[in-house]
Amino acid sequence: MAAGRSGGCVPTEAPMEGWGVVLGVAAGAVRGSIPYLFVSLGECLTEKSGKINLGMEGVLLMGAVTAFGVSDRSGSPWFGLLAAALAGAILGALHAGLTRLPRVNDVASGIAMILFGSGLAFFIGKQFVAPMAPQLPLIDLGGWSASPAIRSALRISPLFFCGIALGFALDFVFRRTRWGLYVRASGDDPMAARSIGIPVGAVRMAATVVGASMAAVGGAHLTLYYPGIWSEGISGGQGLMAVALVIFARWQPLRCVLAALLFGGAQALGPSLQAAGQTGYYQLFNASPYLLTLTLMALTGSRHGGLSGAPGSLGRSG
Amino acid sequence: MTPPAVELRNISKRFGNVLALDGAELRVGAGEFHALVGENGAGKSTLAKCLIGINGIDAGEMRIGGETWAGGDPRAARRMGIGMVFQHFTLVPSMTVAENLSLARPGPPAVIDWNEERKSLAAFLADAPFQVNLDAVVSELSAGQKQKIEILKELYLGTRVLLLDEPTSVLTPDEAEEVLDRLRAMASRGELSVLLITHKFREVMRYADQVTVLRKGRAAGTRAVATTNEAELAEMMMGERRATEVTDRAEKGQGEVVLSVSNLSVRGDKGLDVLHGLTFESRAGEILGIAGISGNGQREFVEVVAGQRPYRSGGITVNGERYAAECDCMRRLGVFVLPEMPLRNAAVPSMTVAENMALREFDQPPITRHGLLNHETIRTLGLGLIERFSVSPPSPDLPIAALSGGNVQRAVLARELGGREIRVLIAANPCFGLDFAATRFIHNELIAARNRGASVVLISEDLDELMDLSDRILVMNAGRIVYQCTRSEAEQVEIGRHMAGHAVVQ
Repeated sequence: MAAGRSGGCVPTEAPMEGWGVVLGVAAGAVRGSIPYLFVSLGECLTEKSGKINLGMEGVLLMGAVTAFGVSDRSGSPWFGLLAAALAGAILGALHAGLTRLPRVNDVASGIAMILFGSGLAFFIGKQFVAPMAPQLPLIDLGGWSASPAIRSALRISPLFFCGIALGFALDFVFRRTRWGLYVRASGDDPMAARSIGIPVGAVRMAATVVGASMAAVGGAHLTLYYPGIWSEGISGGQGLMAVALVIFARWQPLRCVLAALLFGGAQALGPSLQAAGQTGYYQLFNASPYLLTLTLMALTGSRHGGLSGAPGSLGRSG
Repeated sequence: MTPPAVELRNISKRFGNVLALDGAELRVGAGEFHALVGENGAGKSTLAKCLIGINGIDAGEMRIGGETWAGGDPRAARRMGIGMVFQHFTLVPSMTVAENLSLARPGPPAVIDWNEERKSLAAFLADAPFQVNLDAVVSELSAGQKQKIEILKELYLGTRVLLLDEPTSVLTPDEAEEVLDRLRAMASRGELSVLLITHKFREVMRYADQVTVLRKGRAAGTRAVATTNEAELAEMMMGERRATEVTDRAEKGQGEVVLSVSNLSVRGDKGLDVLHGLTFESRAGEILGIAGISGNGQREFVEVVAGQRPYRSGGITVNGERYAAECDCMRRLGVFVLPEMPLRNAAVPSMTVAENMALREFDQPPITRHGLLNHETIRTLGLGLIERFSVSPPSPDLPIAALSGGNVQRAVLARELGGREIRVLIAANPCFGLDFAATRFIHNELIAARNRGASVVLISEDLDELMDLSDRILVMNAGRIVYQCTRSEAEQVEIGRHMAGHAVVQ
């Protein structure tokens, strides 16, 4: 799987030097963070309600292929985006519905959803191997610069700003709205939540559906952004890494945003070095998001089992 | 606003084959502090749940504020001003006090203006019986503070008839006094009616105006507290059955040191040290009481002895020999443990009563011969213990999870006390939630073990129990022993102060 696919080479003609790597990583952080942003925020919402959706990798791929197909057939990338969100919602509802059955475990269902989502995406995607779908328009912020490298780095997908805004919105929702309190209460202590009349099952269903829908929008970015093709290795495990990222972010939306930027940057490290002419060890640097995941998990996990910030009844039915 | 008068007449409620209430009666006048007592299974909680609409009623009549109410609708009960504080907390641990209070009120706005919300909470707190820090996160509060917030939550929601299910079981004596004093004062001013479910006669005598005794789902009678006494109430609870006498304590000289805990440091679930160099000794033929509010390291200490938790430094010796929490060592040194929540900590829920009773000895003869288990022997030995310890129902083949809490406790006690010579017995809150008869039974067994020369360590949150049973009392606070006294020196107020951690460390 190619981690650097979506964080691929900065299209540039200018020869890159040391600062070019920095620019490449920064631009990559912006570009490559988008799937992490949407998946981690979606997972954050899901987990705050007490559910775990490990199937985000499958949701991401379904989002990608749905966006690609609908964008291709309808000619509008915006329809593609909408369709991806809808596909994610359906997968989320499936996961939430399955795990409401007695004796169905969140983790088991999640792993099944990875296999189901990615299998279904590959099946649908068979017909889309060659063509290129219409892409989302980019926002050009680099008009002031003469440097083509900077201009290309500052052509930013609107989804990036949506993702950042979503992080702030989610933070606001958790702290300042009735629904946010309902979600947190359901995830932390469902018995207490029920005692004050919160319909815990419905809240968890809604959070899982909306969360998966967000993740699928992250998937849409994979196919609706340069170079705009579909391939089976397109996600490179980003859906799974984003789930780990939520733990690192201690279930806080704003920290999810920062962590997503960090992962996006790490992902761009290999390609940027390669573009700068470092051809020796770039494969090693391509692995940096995976190494980062492992390192962060090792650092943030506790030998004694305690994880502060985790919703109290995460992954438990009840 | 005056609380509505509550009148329950001839209430019956059936769960499956069990008739939980069989014509129960209860009258709580406006502004009355009413106590509801009875043995486990007498129907106290069921009756309270009928009143707040969690349980529907099968027969009988409920009148609230003079109007007939059919019951079965908690929201309707809430509108009439009836609310209940349960034994388990209903606060969301990761949220602040303010968030919890706002979340509970009916129909919080879609977008919450915390400035507005805090103003109305502050206005409410100005007249409230307790003060709390609105910004504190609930999970960081003590059980006592949580209990106060539960009560505040009810008052914030406009409760005028407050039902409390054994509210003081998690409180220090000081806290219990404060909570009940304030509620008593509100009742005296006619602002609130209180229905207190309790096992503690002391609370009934001190705070209540009226007391209703339930026995087997029926009202055994209602008395004005001023005209009754503890003996009469006990008799009403027990009916014709005679209470077992308290076993005499054999007075002997001081025994030799059996259990020695030195410098034990242990990490808790969150990875922080919860025991900081715990050191104490207990002697043969004594009951050593360890007082303390739950959460001060008692549970972790019992887990270390039971082998459920590793320790970082220090150690435990029994009769001078190093103790390791392994089957052979425990058997050789005669160490037995009666942990709290025995169904979780000391039993395999899905295995039968007899199998659970065999867990200590199952790999020894006579149960195991030539490496094979003999199920018939397990059953016969189980039957013997069931009879000796009056486990009910007396069936060795039921899964132990099907037994009531008191009987699980008896079954585990039977396993720990039934067989070999006991040198050390560690019992943690052995009577938590048990009724009068079951408590008396377990107390007698502990005294009997002590009289036979065992060293009994009794860890309890119930100070009355400790003062009754212990030869010496230690107080544990924040993972250390902070105070100790002998039976004759023991004084409730002094011990309570050390439990709360207010006293200067000596």
